[in-house]
Amino acid sequence: MPPIKRIEGRAVPIRGRDIDTDRIVPARFLKTVTFDELGEALFFDERYDEKGNPKDHPLNDPRYAGARIMLVEAGFGSGSSREHAPQAIKRAGFSALVGESFAEIFFGNATQIGLVAVTVSPEDLGYLFALVERAPETELVIDLERMELQAGDRAIPVFLPEAVREAFLEGRYDPLEVLLEAMDRVRAMDEARAAPGKPGRYR
Amino acid sequence: MGKTLYEKVWEAHAIRELPDGRTQLFIDLHLIHEVTSPQAFAMLKERGLKVAFPHRTFATVDHIVPTDDRTEPFKDPLAQAMLEALRKNTAEHSIPFFDLKSGRQGIVHVIGPELGLTQPGFTIVCGDSHTSTHGAFGAIAFGIGTTQVRDVLATQTVAMQKLKVRRIEVNGRLLPGVTAKDVILHVIRTLGVKGGIGYAYEYAGEVIEQMSMDERMTVANMSIEGGARIGYMNPDETTFAYLKGRPYAPKGEDWERAVAEWRALASDPDARYDDRVELRGEEIPPTVTWGVHPGQSAPVDGRVPDPADFPEAERAQVEDALRYMKLRPGQKLSDVRVDVAFLGSCTNARLSDLRLVARYLEGRRVAKGVRALVVPGSQLVAEAAEREGIADVFRAAGFEWRAPGCSMCLAMNPDRLVGDELAISSSNRNYKGRQGSPTGRTVLASPLTVAASAVAGHIADPREVFGMGGEDAAD
Repeated sequence: MPPIKRIEGRAVPIRGRDIDTDRIVPARFLKTVTFDELGEALFFDERYDEKGNPKDHPLNDPRYAGARIMLVEAGFGSGSSREHAPQAIKRAGFSALVGESFAEIFFGNATQIGLVAVTVSPEDLGYLFALVERAPETELVIDLERMELQAGDRAIPVFLPEAVREAFLEGRYDPLEVLLEAMDRVRAMDEARAAPGKPGRYR
Repeated sequence: MGKTLYEKVWEAHAIRELPDGRTQLFIDLHLIHEVTSPQAFAMLKERGLKVAFPHRTFATVDHIVPTDDRTEPFKDPLAQAMLEALRKNTAEHSIPFFDLKSGRQGIVHVIGPELGLTQPGFTIVCGDSHTSTHGAFGAIAFGIGTTQVRDVLATQTVAMQKLKVRRIEVNGRLLPGVTAKDVILHVIRTLGVKGGIGYAYEYAGEVIEQMSMDERMTVANMSIEGGARIGYMNPDETTFAYLKGRPYAPKGEDWERAVAEWRALASDPDARYDDRVELRGEEIPPTVTWGVHPGQSAPVDGRVPDPADFPEAERAQVEDALRYMKLRPGQKLSDVRVDVAFLGSCTNARLSDLRLVARYLEGRRVAKGVRALVVPGSQLVAEAAEREGIADVFRAAGFEWRAPGCSMCLAMNPDRLVGDELAISSSNRNYKGRQGSPTGRTVLASPLTVAASAVAGHIADPREVFGMGGEDAAD
């Protein structure tokens, strides 16, 4: 895994509090055995009407084409545990989310696939929305070493749990290799603990 | 200082602290289904890894299965492909699979408990946010993403940050017509859909203690709708009585030892909580949602709220919800017509839900123009309901009696809303487009309220429709 230290790019503003994972990826797009095509499904029912015609949505707005950062409001990613949601965001070309708060499972899923989700204060978030809605061409820089977001001439503090920040900086946000190091201890616990339907070994 | 059940279970499963400060947590039971597992098996293959402990993973198929014609191949080739992938993956890795012909297929959160796979003190994960359901047994159970499903298949562990614990006591008693579903909708309305972020919820108090396991599961199920990834109840005699004799529950001497161990898991009386909330059972009304998230709810005999009554920061969100739901501020909820009544899902499709509804539905008919579906939670539930004559009561009342699955809760199978149809639904999520139509509307309610509304043709108070004034109403 490559370390993630800086994310630079333009941002797309996605308004709405408590945006749930059914809106990020409607359930019918989960009928797949891969994640490959999910970029197309991102916010599908918000972007297209029932006949498939594009609706007025920032992701359909050419001024935001190629954005790498998504601005979102409080409670983003609530609902289902579907990793399809952060996968769709990532596969649509985004590297980071900037919001006020994230649902827990969504945040964990995003982190584990290297999609950075930082929070900022509500005031700073309001400033950022206004900025990119007024000037979509603005280049933002998220710097995880300094924990700052550069927007125009402003440096805005961003927040991430320290463990997650370190995991990004050191390129170990996918924990599988680390988990595999302790298999001796895991085997011992499997032996010590009952499994359903197996004779128990209650201590 | 005593400990909470959460702390005890956590400590018993901690393999070690990871360099990033999280804990490597051992998982006793891993449940998988067809939607969130195929990519995990592919990732495993890509890295040349095997399933480390196949005796700790169990599979079923629930999200995509048709509930009417189950002849294979299914009409939907994508659904068939997902089922085939699960068959292949479980066979290749020797994972038990409760397939359609097993007699034990059903919604993953219904079959785990009814087969006795779910046990107190277990850590339980599944690639599904409603895994919190299993917390009703005093288990620490939570939903995970697909990359974590891979981690569990490969190592039987996950990397987790320890949560804070909020104790939610519901004391007193419930009034007639008020059910476990109303309790959890009320909790979510009170604490908010983001209120549980960072917390495990411990449900306690007289009302919770009086509940059956099915009712406790209904409450724990919707913890995630309140933002809490985990919700649990302390195990007690009700828990043990439910589990005794279940196919995967401990037997003989093992049973005695297990019960002794389970008893000791309950939170100590002097345990420290990060937060405590007390609610009164008598103050909980039959509750329905009017908006597009599960916290936007009101008493069933109330009115659609006015956005002006909300704090300014929430007003736009409320206006947007009412626009989507096509409801007017001040409109009586009982004036809202329903097109579809859906009784099912991992929240409310267990035998006791169906029994309760059947008791009141007997001799009544679904109103003209309402499409009513009942989708039992599992094949075992369906079989028992047939045996007890419950299925016939539903059929006679004009409900379609279907085969088990997630069905119209999220409409990954052919059961879905059309256009802007409005469904009164015993499921857990009323998000925009949730039930399969991008403009479809969902009103969450208890099974009793769903049945009452199906009969009335509009959102209806079960106390009125079923004459539930008495003391012995909804037990």
